[in-house]
Amino acid sequence: MTMPLTGPLLSVEDLVVEHRTPGRPVVRAVAGTGLHVAAGEVVGLVGESGCGKSTLARAVCGLHGAASGRILIGGHPVTPLGLRRRDPALTGVQMVFQDPYSSLNPRRRVGAQIADGLRTAGDTTTSPADLLERVGLPRAFAGRYPHEFSGGQRQRVAIARALAARPSLLIGDEPISALDASAQAQVARLMRDLAVESGAGLLFISHDLSVVRLIADRIAVMYLGKVVETGPTAEVWADPKHPYTRALLAAIPSPDGAGVLPAELPGDVPDPADPPAGCRFHPRCPFVMDVCREREPLGGSAQFGPVACWLHEPEPSSPS
Amino acid sequence: MTAAQKTAALTIERLRMSIGGHDVLHGVDLTLEAGRVHGLAGESGSGKTMTGLAVLGLLPHGSRASGRIAFGGRDLLEMPARELNEVRGAKIAMVFQDPATSLHPMLTVERQLTEHMRHHLGIGRKEARERAAGLLAKVRIPGPEEALKRYPHQFSGGMRQRIAIAVALACEPEVLIADEPTTALDVTVQAGILRLLRGLCDDLGLAVLLVTHDLGVMSAVADEVSVMKDGLVVETGPRGQVLREPRHPYTRSLLDALPVPPGENSP
Amino acid sequence: MKRAGLFARSRVSRLPQAWRRPLAVVGTVVALAWIVVALAAPVLAPHDPLAQELPRLAPPGPGHWLGTDQLGRDILSRIMYGARVSIPLTLLLVALSVAVGGLLGACAGYFGRWVDETIMRLADLVFAFPTVILAMVVAAALGASLGNAVLAVLVVAWPAYARVTRGLVLGVRAREFVLSGRLLGFSAWRSLRVDVLPNVTGPVLVLATLDIGTALLLLSGLSFLGLGAKPPSPEWGAMVAAGVDVFDSWWVATFPGLAILTVVLAFNFLGDTLRDALDPRTAGAIKERAL
Repeated sequence: MTMPLTGPLLSVEDLVVEHRTPGRPVVRAVAGTGLHVAAGEVVGLVGESGCGKSTLARAVCGLHGAASGRILIGGHPVTPLGLRRRDPALTGVQMVFQDPYSSLNPRRRVGAQIADGLRTAGDTTTSPADLLERVGLPRAFAGRYPHEFSGGQRQRVAIARALAARPSLLIGDEPISALDASAQAQVARLMRDLAVESGAGLLFISHDLSVVRLIADRIAVMYLGKVVETGPTAEVWADPKHPYTRALLAAIPSPDGAGVLPAELPGDVPDPADPPAGCRFHPRCPFVMDVCREREPLGGSAQFGPVACWLHEPEPSSPS
Repeated sequence: MTAAQKTAALTIERLRMSIGGHDVLHGVDLTLEAGRVHGLAGESGSGKTMTGLAVLGLLPHGSRASGRIAFGGRDLLEMPARELNEVRGAKIAMVFQDPATSLHPMLTVERQLTEHMRHHLGIGRKEARERAAGLLAKVRIPGPEEALKRYPHQFSGGMRQRIAIAVALACEPEVLIADEPTTALDVTVQAGILRLLRGLCDDLGLAVLLVTHDLGVMSAVADEVSVMKDGLVVETGPRGQVLREPRHPYTRSLLDALPVPPGENSP
Repeated sequence: MKRAGLFARSRVSRLPQAWRRPLAVVGTVVALAWIVVALAAPVLAPHDPLAQELPRLAPPGPGHWLGTDQLGRDILSRIMYGARVSIPLTLLLVALSVAVGGLLGACAGYFGRWVDETIMRLADLVFAFPTVILAMVVAAALGASLGNAVLAVLVVAWPAYARVTRGLVLGVRAREFVLSGRLLGFSAWRSLRVDVLPNVTGPVLVLATLDIGTALLLLSGLSFLGLGAKPPSPEWGAMVAAGVDVFDSWWVATFPGLAILTVVLAFNFLGDTLRDALDPRTAGAIKERAL
């Protein structure tokens, strides 16, 4: 992939994010990894719970400080959000959170909460009702309180509030995982359509590959703090390279009526405080080789292409 | 398990239910057989969870039910509350969607497993403990003896759901109601739980009612599939027939709406 | 209802629903009754609260409906006048404790780090001493007067509110709507005021109403020890304490005690009502039930 001269909208490089709890070992939730999102592009970040995808998203918003590495939004470095007001240059990154029951202030009318977003963008012509309409809710709902809405409707309101701030990058941190099956695909499509329509990038985090496949242009697969494979959605879906991506796809049960039990990936995700040496996936990998136990394949580096796996080590002579 | 259980373990006939004058079930018929997994599919609000709760006698406040739920020659809807309490949890058990909330966070795994057994089976502390360790081994929790002393938060989501299944199995039930048991889990973990459920059903001769919106899950483990819509079962049949040659247009539309068209991702 | 701006409709249409429940009515009526008694004590009281003109330790009967104390003063009149002393001071005291403790606790919980450390160590320091003893020491140091007694009790009462508020703020601060607000560029202060505080007021308010009894008794205790109300003034706690000396004459301690009890209960009911009325969720539920 070629980068435009202006550079990508979001660029994460060698990011390390650590969780420190007194008396416990330091957990590297994000262990030195990169990610890029271009304007108008929808990137799906997938992986099992605990793989660090949410932490990565929070670091991009400044909700987590980075231990090392760089996060750039339109060339502007992201600083952690402390007690000071958020840097206005960074309010272009907005997030829709996972839990629809805690993403809205229960004591305030939804209209007032959407108005906060409009104020951020300095938008005086749009009304909260206009935004409700854009996310498919009746205009009159602006006067209601969050408890009067269903989970799917609350997520729509949260999307409306984030969009009101006219973000250049919208992040969805598992925004559909708490919703009914029927609402999941709808809300995911809505996020995609609204983001693309407004020219913003969308980083969509989910553990549900089948939904990500519906809306993402590109997929990044994360395992234990590292992105192990990236690629255009259709390519990754049709021909997964990394053994972990293969396992993830094979575990999705197919509704073909054949009664085939999906393949189980043996073992548990290792403790991120004490990751295995070498390739992080080697203890669970069916194709493990000697080199996997000793040296780590550094994905996204000069040596490796978009797949961080020794099986897919590019030939030194042929640049891929 | 005895051979007699190879017949219908539980039969629901013309089950109707209304909550506050609002009809939610309009005459549901279902038959659960020992050693078989019966899948109940449908979108939210179709009444599939209500059907599961009705079998347990857990009717929401202000609701009225009619029809018949036959279990062991008795009608559960007619049964006095005290007897129903004995049946529920002991003969008919349930696994819920979210293991994080269905397990008590302040009690050790041992307490959660043995409390049930000692209440329903009237056995001593030591015997209950041994059985609890056996159950954990059965649901494939590594190091069952050690695991007994730990608290739910010390386990991963998949392990917690295994423990919840062990709790449900504690009193050797004949019928297991599993309401979206894998919805809160990662796909790789889901695969393990589905294999476990299938195995328990085959080995213990359990009659399982699997309530799920996920037709992929349905296709993987269910023997029979019933599709619900607006409080009615619109189609029932063997898994292969319902998912491959659906007779009802609603089933057809559910299959068409899937993000993964059937048969596309066979690696 | 009025159809004005976003906020105009809410409180006006909602309060009456929550206030219509039986306990809310009882609480309101009793509290209002005591306020009327306090205001109209000079008109309502049959005797001068300080006049020692009746037979000593007379049981309840005509002319002195609640009996007399060991100095021959009419207990009914003293209770009526006592309402003018005890109720306003207790309310003032609790309000001050909530304001001081709540604000400090909210700051500790929201800002964390050294702010949290400083405030909470200070609170621990106060907690380390027995409440009554510390209040006595402070009251004695400031000099004996009712005003200083209030200050003394405030010194020992604020840490409880600080602690509870801090805990609640810690819970709310990490919730996603608070983060969303910060991402939209809310200042820390605005976030605290708009997103955090409205979501912690309910429990703190209930704690405050429960605390009215304790505060009343602590104030009375100081009066009894000569560090608060001066002896002849009709303060309820001092009256109860005096009644303990003459246990056979049950009415001396019982009636002021009942006065304290009714005030405490009334404010508890009011507190519950207030909490429900302020919360859109329960307010809605009440509305549905009432219709």
